[in-house]
Amino acid sequence: MSDFPWLTVMLVVPFLGAVAMPLLPKSLSVENAKRFALSVAGVELVLGVIIGLKFHNDGGVQFTENHEWIKAFGAHYALGVEGLGLSLVLLTVILTPIVMLAGWNDGDEGRWSPRAFFAWMLALEALAVGVFSATDVFLFYVFFEATLIPIYFLVGGYGGPKRAKAAVKFLLYNLFGGLVMLAAVIGLYVESAKAGHPSYLISDLAKLDISTDVGRWLFLGFMVAFVVKAPLFPVHTWLPDTSESATPGTSVLLVSILDKIGSFGMVRFCLSLFPEASHWATPAVVVLAIISIIYGALMAIGEDDILRLIAYTSVSHFGFIVLGIFVLNSQGLQGSNLYMFNHGLSTAALFLVAGYLIKRHGSASIRDYAGVEKAAPLLAGFLLISGLAVLSLPGLSPFVSEFLVIVGAFVYSPWAGAFAVTGIVLAAIYVLLMYQRTMTGPLREDNATITDLNLREKVAVVPVLLLMIILGLFPKPLADMLNPSTDHSLSQVGAKDPAPTVSDSAEGSAQ
Amino acid sequence: MHVTAVQTDGVFSILWLVIALPALGALVLLAGGKRTDKWGHWLGVATVAASFVLSLILFFALLGKDEGERQYTQHLWNWFSAGSYSVNIDLLYDPLSAVFLLLITGVGALIHVYSVGYMEHDERRRRFFGYLNLFVASMLVLVLAADYVGVFLGWEGVGLASYLLIGFWQHKPSAAAAAKKAFVINRVGDIGLSLGASLIFVTFGSTSFAVVSAHADKASGATLTAIGLLLLLAACGKSAQFPLQTWLLDAMEGPTPVSALIHAATMVTAGVYLIVRSNFIFSLTEDARTGVIIVGTITLLMGAVIGCAKDDIKKALAGSTMSQIGYMVLAAGLGPAGYAFAIFHLLTHGFFKANMFLGAGSVMHGMDDDVNMRHYGALRKAMPITFATFGIGYLAILGVPPFAGFWSKDKIIETAFGDNFLVGMCALIGAGVTAFYMTRLMLLTFGTTKRWEKGVHPHESPKVMTYPLIALAVLSAGGGLLLAGDWIVDWLTPVVGEHEEHHLAVGAVGMSLIALAVVAAGVAVAWFLVGKRPVPKEAPSKVSVFTRAARADLYGDAFNDEVIIKPGVVGIRGLATVDRSVVDGLVEGLAVALTAISATFRRVQNGLVRSYALTLLGGAALVLLTLLAVNFG
Repeated sequence: MSDFPWLTVMLVVPFLGAVAMPLLPKSLSVENAKRFALSVAGVELVLGVIIGLKFHNDGGVQFTENHEWIKAFGAHYALGVEGLGLSLVLLTVILTPIVMLAGWNDGDEGRWSPRAFFAWMLALEALAVGVFSATDVFLFYVFFEATLIPIYFLVGGYGGPKRAKAAVKFLLYNLFGGLVMLAAVIGLYVESAKAGHPSYLISDLAKLDISTDVGRWLFLGFMVAFVVKAPLFPVHTWLPDTSESATPGTSVLLVSILDKIGSFGMVRFCLSLFPEASHWATPAVVVLAIISIIYGALMAIGEDDILRLIAYTSVSHFGFIVLGIFVLNSQGLQGSNLYMFNHGLSTAALFLVAGYLIKRHGSASIRDYAGVEKAAPLLAGFLLISGLAVLSLPGLSPFVSEFLVIVGAFVYSPWAGAFAVTGIVLAAIYVLLMYQRTMTGPLREDNATITDLNLREKVAVVPVLLLMIILGLFPKPLADMLNPSTDHSLSQVGAKDPAPTVSDSAEGSAQ
Repeated sequence: MHVTAVQTDGVFSILWLVIALPALGALVLLAGGKRTDKWGHWLGVATVAASFVLSLILFFALLGKDEGERQYTQHLWNWFSAGSYSVNIDLLYDPLSAVFLLLITGVGALIHVYSVGYMEHDERRRRFFGYLNLFVASMLVLVLAADYVGVFLGWEGVGLASYLLIGFWQHKPSAAAAAKKAFVINRVGDIGLSLGASLIFVTFGSTSFAVVSAHADKASGATLTAIGLLLLLAACGKSAQFPLQTWLLDAMEGPTPVSALIHAATMVTAGVYLIVRSNFIFSLTEDARTGVIIVGTITLLMGAVIGCAKDDIKKALAGSTMSQIGYMVLAAGLGPAGYAFAIFHLLTHGFFKANMFLGAGSVMHGMDDDVNMRHYGALRKAMPITFATFGIGYLAILGVPPFAGFWSKDKIIETAFGDNFLVGMCALIGAGVTAFYMTRLMLLTFGTTKRWEKGVHPHESPKVMTYPLIALAVLSAGGGLLLAGDWIVDWLTPVVGEHEEHHLAVGAVGMSLIALAVVAAGVAVAWFLVGKRPVPKEAPSKVSVFTRAARADLYGDAFNDEVIIKPGVVGIRGLATVDRSVVDGLVEGLAVALTAISATFRRVQNGLVRSYALTLLGGAALVLLTLLAVNFG
């Protein structure tokens, strides 16, 4: 079954599930409809595990499918994943059922039915799989834009009081980014056509000889879209607004998965298609990334709304991810590739556990809580572990990624490393300050009714926590998947790691 | 010295179990929930005690080897790699880690036993033991790791355990605040470890001790100095050295066994360990060593001065801990002449300070958890065992022969004089101040007259608490034996290199006599100021600026508040305003303008899909412009 279309199946399963949701018999209870959606996500998870096991780490792009789609444009329906794409597909299929389970009742009081809520989540899952596995730029663009639709409805239909405005703001920012990217996508077509047969296949595009100026313009086109998506300062403000209004589960899908399209796109498209421009832009992007690290963290420290706070921590973390990508060395890029997955886990855990808390007391304001540990010790413990992951405590998975990014930044320039590393102090402040204010101290009277986690809530979050602990001490399975991907991207961008100052130290490593 | 260890075999292959046992204990206790309430504390004790037994076996096995063969590594697994950079979870067992293993598991086991009694009435006792086990496991990782990043794993692990245990009674806002403060300030130190590891990688292409020690001499002096200073920053955080010292006094919010184990005997000495472990760097850079000496000297004086003014028995001891670690850091900064003495003092201090902290806990236990020494007095009769054991710790820290501290502190003072007269004088004065504050503490607690609060009936603690006290008292008395025949110095030579002897004009015995005279002066001053006068139950408010400064921890917190926290809060508030109005405003303004434009196109229907399509159309126009610019520009 070597040419079994695994990725197409993974696209179709959740998509059909989403389509089926409104068509299910009316007599079916809401609970059963939800269970149906969860099982679809479960099947998708099994599929993900299967391709994960079938994947050969050193085999380059795998599970490839290629069919001509729109001949005039040179567009293909072409799918395939290498290490990075696969890791993000896996992240998607792991988190989607978890989000469904954690937010089981979050869609009950929305503008539309709970069925629609779950249907949109399945649709989003399908599109996310598509966006991470598309090997054709045009197809990627289509998926990229299409993901906005389910998120728009999830935010606009099922969130807090300001959801309508938040949804529009989200859409405007991302449409703007998408438009600029569309320009670059068309520009690529022009270039490809000039060279003979137009083709949108990444493999063909990478061979194009694009002039310096054009390359830089096109690079910018993609980069703007990706910087809005994986939000960096100063185009980050849509993220806290959206997270504040969305349900925590939606925020997970958005921040943990969809925002990764931005950083994924930087590696997949910016570095590999425009190597010259990537080198050219490096200093500016590095500065922007460092500003984001510090700015996002400072904003998180000053934030009172827990959901906005988490969103700002992500602005800081995306700063790390983008920094690692653009320092153009193995440590930085491998760190970022790992970071994309690990940030997905840690942020998901924090959003979901914070969501449990907020659901119980009806307020996202830190000021409305105190001493909750007394009433709900398990919830407090889970919040702390999630928070420790977000602050990259060694032993939990985000540490390795953040440490490698800092090392990579240091390799690029000691100054970059020195500025970036302040993030670890600021992260300790924003996480522990939130924990201290909400969970410790004497129990507030009106917090006494907060109950501890129920079985469903535990079952949803525990896998994420376990995964973070296991990958924290033993990240090898993930790292081995990503290492060839890192090497490949660096060779495409033509970057070589500097040799250590003191030479001939490669031999004699501790054995 | 070079780390060229061989792979573990035979008995040494049990090395990993030393860590695994307490780690397993922590896992069972923390994940097991209420089911383990009944026997959990004994599991905690058993795992650490078993680790101690293993450490003993390993120690004697190492002792049986020739001096040149006392280095073993155990490769567990590859942690992560990126490009040519690879970090392994490897353990390094050598004379230095061997003594740490004994200290951590030995004192750790005693404190675990003590805690069974001390925490008996705490409903979360099981969790307490879970955290303690987590601490022991992390600390063992710290001292066994064969790579700087491996050290970092243990380093932050103990930081987490410290955070959890300082804030163990987290319903108290002061405890929660102290826990967070400790973690955050330690993270400032961690900047040093992160950047230090980065610079080590850039320089050597690896962060393993083996590679770095083999090639350190080829690196430039400036690089080595930079690495040394970054590691010093890390050490300052963990070991509460100036200027990152302020968290340690607050850390006394934790239960007293925690203060004894983590904030006196083991974790806070990790900075000293880091410097001595990195001797292959520090030995090559005199500038970095000077930095280490300055930090150690300042802290040993600061801590001693703070210790003089505290009425809270634990805070007085905490000031003392700062000061004593200052001595160790100072010794480590003296290079090959001092490394062994730094570790020697670290061990003896581990004994006598754990002894005194547990003694303080025993006193508090009898005094309804009151920590104010002004409410103590004349406890020697009510608590004879606590008094006797504490007394031995007291004699040890003073440096009275033949107790442990005499041998270790004396060596540091002597070596300091050999290096620099001024530094030697500071160390000597510090010894005098130590004698003052410790005598004051003894007098206020066990001497003078009763000043007990109403309803307090001091009593001796149960055996489960006093037996560990007795054991530690024995170690405090006899710990000096480690120096017999220069054993500890020779033992550590394979790790830290050949010992350099300084010869003083007054001779070693002359130096000891001078030091004893200074200590006697300190005791005498305390006797006349505290012992001979009535002690007021309220701390006098009309005091000199010096006392006021010492009570305020020499304004470390005040400085941080004024210079970092207050401006920081204002700055962040300002930034939040900027984020909402300027950053968001500008971009949103643009968006509003775009919406307005598109609105004119879609008066008929207000559907989303339509606006989406329209925006796409607008995009197409943009595309054309861009392409024009590109092609004809």
